[in-house]
Amino acid sequence: MSDGQAFWLHGVTRQLRTEQLAGLTGTGGGPVEAVRVGDLVAVVARVDPDGYAEAALHRNLGDLHWLEEAATAHHRVVESVWRLGPVLPARLATVYRDGPALHAGVHDRRVALRTVLDQLTDRAEWGVKAYAVRSADEATEHSAGPVGGGAGAAYLRRRRAALAAGEAARQAAAEGAEAVHGALAGLAGAARRHRPQDRSLSGVAEPMVLNGAYLLPAERAAEFAELLRVLGARHPALRLELTGPWPPYSFAGLEDSETEDTEAGNAETGNAGIGNAGIEDESTGGGGTEDGGTGDGGGVEAAGVDGGRR
Amino acid sequence: MSGREVLDSQPVSLVDLLDRVLATGVVVSGDLVLSIADVDLVYVSLRALLASVRAAAGPDPTSGGTPC
Repeated sequence: MSDGQAFWLHGVTRQLRTEQLAGLTGTGGGPVEAVRVGDLVAVVARVDPDGYAEAALHRNLGDLHWLEEAATAHHRVVESVWRLGPVLPARLATVYRDGPALHAGVHDRRVALRTVLDQLTDRAEWGVKAYAVRSADEATEHSAGPVGGGAGAAYLRRRRAALAAGEAARQAAAEGAEAVHGALAGLAGAARRHRPQDRSLSGVAEPMVLNGAYLLPAERAAEFAELLRVLGARHPALRLELTGPWPPYSFAGLEDSETEDTEAGNAETGNAGIGNAGIEDESTGGGGTEDGGTGDGGGVEAAGVDGGRR
Repeated sequence: MSGREVLDSQPVSLVDLLDRVLATGVVVSGDLVLSIADVDLVYVSLRALLASVRAAAGPDPTSGGTPC
């Protein structure tokens, strides 16, 4: 324990002294330290190298308690630093084997780190999730129940109509999600779409069609919330949910979002069939395909702000 | 609404958190970085976690819907 010399990186900031983080514990349970590297500060916690070697980490990721504690501790530190100044959150499980490796890792990327920190200064991330609400029509079709034996043709007709209605509803929800994302992205400085959470993750029966993240200066938060309200009224087939403010997690790799290719990273992870046997995973594909590579919702943006009522 | 409050207690919002802490770009990379397979493993773990939490809590809201 005492010879723990590996470093878990929570994030990078500009100005911070270890005393400002007194009492805060990082992932792994150790105190949080501010390590100066040039004009930047790496916010780290020492971890037992054995527990964070590749094989051990892989094992730990399958340990639910470990995962929850690691993510929660990481978030607590990132958020605490964020309250004090701009922070570039590190991806979960960014670990350096020792002090020199930490220094080199930050030093080598200092130019990119400074650039991103500049872009994140005084910004917060807001999350917007959209769920496709099942229309009343669709619900009645589904619950129409069994029909008499002689009514086979009528049954098929109804069934076909129900399927068509379901398809139309899915299509409408997908288009609505595009429009909502386009409008929100138009107001935000940067936007990004995460893979929609499938039902087993969201715990919501309705399918998620948008899992967006939006980077905003603090003074635009109210405007953003108002726009969201307007969009909710305009798209009754969607239920919109706001989370935040978050530290700017989704934008710590701004190089990505500048290319406008907001989905590339997630799309890749969509269906990488995992070898783990015995764990149901049927819904991963469903979530991953929602975002069928449409570009950003172009021309919708500014119109959404003032064109509230039709 | 406050995302912070939600995060502190509810296991479900762990999903929102993981979307973010795992999505972070590549500006900082350590000696050890999660691979795509690792990230998928995280979500698989999480599904199992949430399934067990919900089973303990009562009826599973995700089992009620019609499959599409």
